[in-house]
Order: sequence, then C-alpha cells, then structure tokens
Amino acid sequence: METGKKSKTKKKNIVVIGNGMVSYKFCEKFVSKPKASSYNLIVLGEEPRPAYDRVHLSEYFNGMNPEKLTLGSLEWYAENDIQLYVGQLATHIDVTNKTVTTDKGRIFTYDKLIMATGSAPFVPAIDGVEKDGVFVYRTIEDLDLMLSYAKRAKKAAVIGGGLLGLEAAKAVKDLGLETHVVEFAPRLMPRQLDDAGARILKEKLEALGIWIHTDKNTTLIDGDQHVSKMIFTDDSTLDVDMIVISAGIVPRDELARKIGLETGPRGGIVVDEKMRSSNPDIYAIGEVALVNNMTYGLVGPGYDMAEVVVKQLLTGEETSFSGADLSTKLKLIGVDVASFGDAFCEQEGRSIVYEDRAKGIYKRINITEDGKYILGGILVGDAEDYNMLLQRVTNRIKLPENPEELILGPRGSDGNSGMGVMDLPDEALICTCENITKGTICDLIKAEKVNDISGIKACTKAGTGCGGCAPMLNDLYTETLKSMGKEVKKRICEHLELSRQELYHLVKINGLRTYNEVLDNFGQGDGCEICKPVVASVLASLWNDVIQKQCHIQDTNDRFLANIQRGGSYSVVPRVPGGEITPDKLIVIGELAKKYDLYCKITGGQRIDLFGAKVNDLPKIWEELVEAGFESGHAYGKALRTVKSCVGSTWCRYGVQDSVSFAIEVENRYKGLRSPHKLKSAVSGCTRECAEAQSKDFGIIATDKGWNLYVCGNGGTKPQHAVLLAADLDKETCILYIDRFLMFYIKTAEPLQRTAPWFNKLEGGIDYLRDVIIHDSLGICEELEKQMAHHVATYHCEWKEVVENEERRKPFKHYANSEEEDETLEFVDVRGQKIPAPWD
Amino acid sequence: MKTKIEKEITTWFRAINVEDIPNDNGICIKVRGQQIAVFNFNKRNEYYAVENLCPHKRQMILSRGIIGDMQGEPKVACPFHKKTFSLKSGKNLNGEDYCIKTYPIKIEEGSMFIGFTD
Ligand SMILES: Cc1cc2nc3c(=O)[nH]c(=O)nc-3n(C[C@H](O)[C@H](O)[C@H](O)COP(=O)(O)OP(=O)(O)OC[C@H]3O[C@@H](n4cnc5c(N)ncnc54)[C@H](O)[C@@H]3O)c2cc1C
Ligand code: FES
Repeated sequence: METGKKSKTKKKNIVVIGNGMVSYKFCEKFVSKPKASSYNLIVLGEEPRPAYDRVHLSEYFNGMNPEKLTLGSLEWYAENDIQLYVGQLATHIDVTNKTVTTDKGRIFTYDKLIMATGSAPFVPAIDGVEKDGVFVYRTIEDLDLMLSYAKRAKKAAVIGGGLLGLEAAKAVKDLGLETHVVEFAPRLMPRQLDDAGARILKEKLEALGIWIHTDKNTTLIDGDQHVSKMIFTDDSTLDVDMIVISAGIVPRDELARKIGLETGPRGGIVVDEKMRSSNPDIYAIGEVALVNNMTYGLVGPGYDMAEVVVKQLLTGEETSFSGADLSTKLKLIGVDVASFGDAFCEQEGRSIVYEDRAKGIYKRINITEDGKYILGGILVGDAEDYNMLLQRVTNRIKLPENPEELILGPRGSDGNSGMGVMDLPDEALICTCENITKGTICDLIKAEKVNDISGIKACTKAGTGCGGCAPMLNDLYTETLKSMGKEVKKRICEHLELSRQELYHLVKINGLRTYNEVLDNFGQGDGCEICKPVVASVLASLWNDVIQKQCHIQDTNDRFLANIQRGGSYSVVPRVPGGEITPDKLIVIGELAKKYDLYCKITGGQRIDLFGAKVNDLPKIWEELVEAGFESGHAYGKALRTVKSCVGSTWCRYGVQDSVSFAIEVENRYKGLRSPHKLKSAVSGCTRECAEAQSKDFGIIATDKGWNLYVCGNGGTKPQHAVLLAADLDKETCILYIDRFLMFYIKTAEPLQRTAPWFNKLEGGIDYLRDVIIHDSLGICEELEKQMAHHVATYHCEWKEVVENEERRKPFKHYANSEEEDETLEFVDVRGQKIPAPWD
Repeated sequence: MKTKIEKEITTWFRAINVEDIPNDNGICIKVRGQQIAVFNFNKRNEYYAVENLCPHKRQMILSRGIIGDMQGEPKVACPFHKKTFSLKSGKNLNGEDYCIKTYPIKIEEGSMFIGFTD
C-alpha cells in the first residue's frame, strides 16, 4: 500500500501488440482474474477489426459475415475495460522510456509489454509473385481480395500442399474454380504424412476434383500484369489465372529485431518457458514466440502461453509452458486425415499398417518394441479413432493384447476398439484448445452443476475451439451419468422425457391423435421446435392424417408443403415416379416455371425442382400441377423422396428385368410415407447398377432370377454401402420385405436418424435384421404389414387437399393483413435464371 | 412497471383480429411499413409481437417459426437454422449476442393493438 491519501494510485499499464487469436485469449483470461482491475490493459491491433477466429477463416466464404467469426465484440472489450485500438500498427518501441508508437502517431507507455504479433504467410521469392492474381490466405481482407478476383478467374493453383494449403484449395474449389495444388515435396502434407498415407490422400483429393502436382518447384509466374501461367524447374508449365500462396508462415518479429530482442535464426522472439524475452519487461506469446527452438503454428499452444503470462502477472502463480502436442486433424476438405504423436516412428518402435486402396483408407500406428504403448500414427480416409488414439499416446495408456485391433476393428457399434472415454485418467486432456481435462468435466457433471452438453461448454469453454472433442464430451456426459447410477434416457427434449421409440409406442396404444394430447399425457411445459416436429412425424407415420390440420407443430417446410429456401421463397417439387415423364407433363412444368418465374434444376433423384416460388403463389402453382396430373413429391417432408431407376430391359441391351416399371410401382406404394428421416430408393435393371441402388435406404437390383434387396445405404456426408438383405426374390416377396423393413425402421429409429446410422446401432447387425424381417423372430411382421397396408390405403396427395379447400389455402400469404408480397425477397440473375441474393 | 411502459407509448396501432391468428401459431403483418410477427400462444393463453426479421442471416421469417418454451420462457425458433429467441424479452436463447425487438401489445374487443413509442 502506498500513502493511500486518495484511491487514485496510478494503475500500471499492460500493452499488448497484436490483436489476433492469442491476444484475445490473453484478454479473456486477464479480465477473469480479480486483480485485473489494478491494471490498464491496452491492446493494439493492426487489422481493422477486433480479433476473430482465424482457425475457421474459411467459413467466411459461407456468408461473408465477419461478425460470425468475431471472438469478442467491441462492446465486449469496452465492458471489460480493455482499451482496444484497431487499425493501429505498432511501428516503434522505445525500451528506455518504455513506450510504443503506432503508425497513426499515438504513443502508449507500458510497464509490461506483450508481443502477440503472430505470423505472416511466407512468400517464396519466385519471379512474378508481385503480379495481380497472386494471393495469400491469412486474414479476412485476403479473402475479400480473393473473392472479388475469383469472379473473373477460371483456374487456380495453390502453392503448398500442407494443412493450410489444402484448406485453401478446398475454399478455391468451392468458389467454383478448377483447382490445382502445387507441392514442392514429393508428397502432400510432408510434415504429417508418410508416402503411403499421402498417396491415398492424393487419390482421394483427385476424386474430389482437385488436381495434385507434387515434386514441383515454381521458378516463374508468367503473364503481363495478371497471372497466366506457372513455369516449373522441370520446364513443365501450368496455365492458371489465380494463385494462392500457402507455403508456410514466418513469425512477425520485425519490431522485436528492430529493438534488438533476441530472435531465432529462422525467426521468432526467443523466450524462456515463462514467455519472457531477453528484455525483462517484454513477453512474447502465440505464433511469434520461439520456445526451446520451436515455434507453434496452432492456437492451442498459444492459448497455453497466454495463460502462463496472465498467471505470472496477476496471480503470482509460477506456471510454465512445457511444449505442446502437434497432432493435427485436417478439417473441411472432405477427406479424413489425422497425424498424431510420433507419426513417423522416429523413436525405437515398430509400425502396424492397414491399407485399402480401393476404399481409400490408410492407417498406421507406431508402437513400442515391447508392444505395450502406442507412440503415434497416421490416419487417412477414416479418422474416427483419432481422439481415442491420441489419448492413448498422451496418457500412455497400455495397449490391448492385439494392438492391430485398434485400426482393424472389431468395429462394433461404438467403434472405439475396446477403449471407452471412461478408461482415460482424470488428467487426460479432452479439449486441447481450451486445456480442459477429463477430471474437470466429470467433476462438473458429478456435482450436478451442469445438466447437458451445452452446460459443459458454457462452464468450461470445452468444445468451443476446433470442436473436435465434441464426440468425447458426449460420451463423457452419458458415461459419467451412468456411473452415478442415473439412467441417461434418450430424451427428445425438456418437454418429452421419452425416446422416439417409447413415444411411438405410447401414441399408438393410447390412440393419441394430436400434439396437445401427447404433451398433456406424457410431457410437460409448452413444447418446442424439437419435440413438435418429432410428434408430428410419429402421428403422421401412425395415422397418416392430413398434415396441415396441426400446422403449428410442423416445421415450416411441412407447414407450407414446400422447402423453404435462402431468402424465404419456397421450392416446388412434383413427384415423377421412377423418373419417367411424358413430353406433355414436361411442357406443363416448363410453362409453369415461365409463368411464375421459377428457377429449374434437374435433381439427382430424377425429377425437376422449381425454386423461388412466393408463398402466395404456391396454391396457384399446385392447382395447375394437380390439374395436369402431378402429385406432391414430398421433398419438404421427412418421407419417401424418390425411387430412381435406370431404363432396364425395356430399352437397355444389358437389362435383365423391367426396372422402370418396378420403380414406379415401388414409388407409388410408399409415396407420402412419413418416417424419422427422408427415405431414398432406387431400382437397377442389372448388376451394372446404373441407378446406384446400393447407396439408398433401400435399393433393388435385378438378377437373372429376380431381384436382390439391399438396405440401409447412404450417400451424403457419410457414404455407406447398403447391405444385401435377401437375394433373387420375386416381386411380391421383395415388396413384402420392404413393407416390413420400412415399418420396423419407422417404429424403432431415433428422430432424424437415417437408416444407415440406425443399422450401425442395431445390435446383431444384418443377421438380426434378417431374423426380424425374413424369419419374423419378434413375431411382429403381421402387424408391420398391417400398418403399411393402412398407409397405402389412406394415401392422399397433400397438395390436392390444399388446392381444393379454400380454408386451407388461406395461410399461404406473406402478410395476414395485406395482399402484398414480401418486398424484401431479393433475387439476382445467374446464367439466365434467378437465384436468391446471398446471405449477408 | 406496466404503467411506465404504457406512458412511453404514444401510438397504439390496431393490428389484427386475434381470431385470425391460428392457435399456437404465428403470422406476419405489416404495420407502419414494418414486418411484425404476431403469435397466438394458445397453450399459455398469451399473445406476442416481435420483429419478423431473424438477425442471424437477416431473413424475414420468424412468423413461420415454431413456438414453445425453454424452462418456462416463451420462445420462437427460426426455421432456417433454429436460432431461438425469447418472445418476452427478445433475447437470444442460444447464448449468441444478437437479439430481436419485441413490441408491447394489448388486446381490446378481440383486436390486437401494437404499441409504438414514436
Ligand atoms: C486458414 C487458417 C486455418 C487454420 N487452421 C488451424 C487449425 O485448424 N488449428 C489450429 O490450431 N490452428 C489453425 N490455424 C493457425 C491459427 O490461426 C494461429 O495459430 C493463430 O491465429 C495464432 O494466433 P496469434 O495471435 O499468435 O496470431 P494471429 O492470429 O496471426 O494474430 C496476430 C495479430 O497481430 C497483428 N499484428 C502483427 N504485428 C503487429 C503490429 N506491429 N502492430 C499491431 N498489430 C500487429 C496481426 O495483424 C494479427 O492480427 C489456422 C490458420 C489459418 C490462416
Ligand atoms: S436466419 Fe434465422 S437462424 Fe439463421
């Protein structure tokens, strides 16, 4: 305590240079400490906005809204008494008088100075890099520049095939450009992958339409003013009109050098494990810091460094930064890639390798000579086990007797090879971004301080960084509750403490027909957007009533019997069974599209989507469609979508059965069937499988003797092949099995669970399913068939009901008190058709 | 509390017959050039008026959202990305910063009136 006359003792100044991710984390940790108020915290950032989530930078391309990436808003800084100056580049430090000067001429005095200046992209000295059309990938401004240039470009190359380069390549590809990756090393991701892993990755990326050129050293970027060509040392060339450089990063230590702080030969401010530089009042954290001859290009270690300095300054706690794990998982690109621990087996040890080039899977684990511990490894094509394998490395958990099982299976229903998250020690780091241990999370759950996953996230911030630990958080939550003797019920939401299966059962035996009856009898509260559509789906599956009678519990798609699109317009999708359509019907669709100004697109399901309908036009459009003999395509509902077909024996010289007729029959039988999620199907006329039936929820393939029935396939983000349920069936038996299969799925699946994940959770797998469906082991087949018969008998076209009923047509307008249309609907022109204006 | 709010309101606009708002549902109306979503929360015997614009991606859509409650707090969920907002305070219930504007209402002789402070 000083003389203490007035409480106005002068506060000490802490100045942070740089306002990137680590600087933000420093601020956040700083203000959370009680002693924070005895300092002035001043932050200088060069970029025009407060720190944002650079890790998810690529997400900027969906929506171009910088605020979505912001870590803390300007108000947040103000509320926490942090003086943030954005758009100010620190240009000079006076170590004698302890001041920092910015390019805008402002001077700040400091007592302690924190350098959090991050790094800059490394731009190799290639002739021509200064040309228009060459970009780097680090800031929002970089992306804005790329975006505006990309509109004029067709072909782009990314220089650098590392983690960031591949992420940039994906982004460029998503911008619609032909995309090439040029890598100097003989393989992709040379720092993370071995040759075999990189080869599989290359094949996978090429299948995604990204061209990979390894062993290429660019000597010249050619073109007058604009880029037009790359020339390599081997004299080969590549025509491109845009280039993104992602060849590594260099620490931004320019200021530090200027004032003579010790820096490393390859850049970085030298600090000790307490983050102190060679000047006792200056610290460095984040990517700019060089600790034990290492810089870290990841956020996690930077956050740890921030913590070390905050504790030193504010709590006097002596913690230190002891290095960090560099394991990584590639995100975004659409191929699973992970590399962890000692990926190349540089220590004593041996490797176990599993490779399936056809499937595009490569897995390698390195284990100690004695087979007791895992040292590290590489996963390409399937990285589901990454988290658990990494935990084994970091916590030195003993391997099972047959370590190969870790990568080969047994891939049971939960797929984590005999080790659950509960086997981890309490110190195991679950969220590496925020440094949250298993112990911390479990204590919270045990003390009943949280009652769901979002509670854990809110309390600890775990899972809010890269999000990679989310599955482990889930498991921890359920398993901990279980260990406390609490049954973790699969509940639908706070209003209905039931699983979907229980709900289905209760609704059925009690003959409940409305949502309110269900809630009054078995629920509590007033319902919400989760339970209402679930109940709606169950009611529809069971009773097949007119969906619109209870429109308040339907998602907007079901409420307006059309899919809502970006901007608030709707799409119109008439059913085209089996994909067969007459010229007259095609003309009707074309005329309608012209009349109501609709965007037309042929879909993968062999029908035509019409986009951009105004809500008030929907009944008029459908009136004309119904008139012409069309029916609702149920594209808006969790229901049967389409049954694709190839032309089969009617036209095709290979076809062995009439697949079109069968597809139409199947589609007409199950149209309108409501289910936990959408259902897709296909019928192929021979084993060439042109209709891709094996990627469908149920698929039928013709054989010489009849039909093979496949079930539980899936396209989408997690493709899965359907499995053969029964072979060489006649038509009637095939339909009988489909009836039973669909009803069994509808009865037992969770909400929004498609057939493939449902199947994966089914104990006993395909043998069990065959027992139930073919051998009637549960004795329920008769009932399943009866239910399907009820569905078929009560089918009605939902749109027909609406257009013929004045009352039902009424809600189809934008304003209830005016006939005006929504004046905020905005469209732009693309290739002669309209599309909605982009999200802002 | 109540009197204070009413004092600031200078104009009450007759918006719609409450009968015209379907049970447990919302509709969009245009009042003084603004799009307002009004809800008939029949289950709780309450009415609400909020702006129709979802601030998440700036979509004019909230009247088509499903209503319900979160631990007793009445809410509406945007149909696009299921962001939820309190119908009472307009607060975002997913922990994000943005929120929506709510309007004071009164029901008289079967009509809903919306209050404006200017
Ligand atoms: C596309 C992309 C994807 C990524 N993905 C991942 C990932 O999946 N996982 C992961 O862990 N990491 C990832 N990273 C890396 C991660 O973003 C960085 O490790 C992290 O941002 C480092 O934080 P920092 O604060 O040290 O540096 P930065 O975030 O770069 O912040 C430094 C700030 O300081 C400013 N500055 C510099 N000099 C001055 C000065 N003199 N005066 C004022 N201001 C100055 C800079 O303008 C910048 O805003 C990714 C990076 C990119 C670009
Ligand atoms: S637009 Fe409303 S939640 Fe995204």
